[in-house]
Amino acid sequence: MTAIDERPAPPEAPEERERKALRISWIDLFLWGIRIAAIIVIVFGLFGSISKFVAGEGLTAQGWRDLIVSSLAQGAMYGLLALGYSMVYGVLGFINFAHGEVFMSGTMVGFIAANWLFENGVWTSNPFLAMFLVLIVAMITSTLVAVLVERIAYKPLRGAPRLIPLITSIGMSFFLQYTFGGLFGVGFNTYPPPPEVIAGSVNIFGIDVRSTQLTVIIIAILSMIGLWYFVTRTRSGRAMRAVAEDKEIAGLMGINVDRTIVLVFAVGGAMAGVAAMMWSLLFRSVNFFAGFLPGVKAFTAAVLGGIGNIAGAMGGGVLLGLFEGVGPLLILGGLGIPGVSQLKDAVAFIALVLVLIFRPSGLFGERLGSEDRV
Amino acid sequence: MSEQDGRTPALAFKGVDTHYGAAHILKDVDLEIYEGEMVCLLGGNASGKTTTLKAILGMVEPTRGMVYIDGQPVNGWTTAERVKAGISMVPENRRLFKRMTVKENLEIGTYLRDDEENFEADLEHIFELFPRVKERLSQKAGTLSGGEQQMVAVGRALMAKPKVLLMDEPSMGLAPVLVAQNFDIIDQINRAGTTVFMVEQNANMALSIADRGYVLQTGQIVLSDTAQGLLNNPQMRSAYLGEA
Repeated sequence: MTAIDERPAPPEAPEERERKALRISWIDLFLWGIRIAAIIVIVFGLFGSISKFVAGEGLTAQGWRDLIVSSLAQGAMYGLLALGYSMVYGVLGFINFAHGEVFMSGTMVGFIAANWLFENGVWTSNPFLAMFLVLIVAMITSTLVAVLVERIAYKPLRGAPRLIPLITSIGMSFFLQYTFGGLFGVGFNTYPPPPEVIAGSVNIFGIDVRSTQLTVIIIAILSMIGLWYFVTRTRSGRAMRAVAEDKEIAGLMGINVDRTIVLVFAVGGAMAGVAAMMWSLLFRSVNFFAGFLPGVKAFTAAVLGGIGNIAGAMGGGVLLGLFEGVGPLLILGGLGIPGVSQLKDAVAFIALVLVLIFRPSGLFGERLGSEDRV
Repeated sequence: MSEQDGRTPALAFKGVDTHYGAAHILKDVDLEIYEGEMVCLLGGNASGKTTTLKAILGMVEPTRGMVYIDGQPVNGWTTAERVKAGISMVPENRRLFKRMTVKENLEIGTYLRDDEENFEADLEHIFELFPRVKERLSQKAGTLSGGEQQMVAVGRALMAKPKVLLMDEPSMGLAPVLVAQNFDIIDQINRAGTTVFMVEQNANMALSIADRGYVLQTGQIVLSDTAQGLLNNPQMRSAYLGEA
């Protein structure tokens, strides 16, 4: 309609304009420097890797494909975990740092179930049922822990400044870690080896893919479809988005805001439970500290994709998986740096810093209005 | 208001007092809104207009007196229960869910209704009132113009099938053209049978379409008359209608 603010801006005095241009140029220069450096590193790295590959050194074609698929699988896991961070941020505006421990609780209790099933022979005699049961146990555990954390630690703080639940979530994170450490011991527990049906590889379009990784990717896709359906097509899902956007008006429409917030934690927890089951397929060993690094990575993925954005969280997860899985070898390996796989965590966070410098709202984000910036 | 005798008001206040901390906000407020009417509540800043709406919706509890919806006392009811009993509001500045589509906004309006099968029919009713909304159905609400957003905000409230529609400052923050358009919309839905209770600072505009009006001043009802009566009231003319 009629735009009131479309009046032409008053002409600036020339010296004023010059001063402004000068002030920006230093930051611009710095950013352009980083940009150019990043591009040079990437181009030279890629070039190095390709020439190595052509010369027959380094990884074979199959090796690269394996690396990409395993990175995708790991990225899918990060993505499911990232959903929890993103959704909670969407409705409450703070980062729930205890989410990594919600995931860890799923892997730990899932381990008990898997071990029990293994000892009773179900693991080998009925592998799909066994894996399904482990999935259900992990999901129920994580959902329960997520909801309890919300009820006990965050609900009393509703309306407090955002920093307060943030600090509380770090406290909850430690509390859960050491509770599980105390209950299960601090040593590593190793899941039974994946059942035979998914122990080998399958050939898809001429590419050999490890079955466990394929399973993880399929479960991730199914979970995403399920979540997408829930959020866009159901009454509760719509209520969730409404609460995320405007709690007061959502309440006016008759939506029970408090119950919807619990639902957000439950859904985030369930997705963390799915991720826990994936972890058991990909890495097998778990302990009370298993949630820390995946949690931080998933948070990174959520920011990478644009926090508060559900599709962005999944995309961010997959991208982060690729960055840290393929990136070190492809870029740094090509530059002749030795032992690059040790640098995967560094690469993951460098990628985050770069994304945040050039796209503060995340790769897929349109949220984070000016009021959310520091 | 004697012509309404014998009927149960759709919405009523009887001797309502509210406090905010130690501050006494509403003082012995009586209101009666009957089915099919359009009633406006006029008053300046800090006169207690917003508190009145909050008390209707259960966001503020009266410290004395009763609130009735359809003859039923609703003191102590939650907002959701009152919405279910037939109150729905078009908030100030529209406040649509901007990241959701127009259709989803309208669906949110039906949140507390159990008859999902009637959704399509009700949607048709909204399209009859506002044909423009139909064209915009799958668009994100944030991309609509101010006037269109107002239609969706009213549509969203109407989807709840309210007995009484509350309008909070429908003229607030809008360009004059849109204000006129907005009051047309309100007039239109009232003619279509919806009871409207409007809180408004723009007394001239509100009284031009309302049946009756109350004037609130520092938490007290100081005047209550038909719209025509208020427009002709000399006290009213000097205080609210911009004539010295």
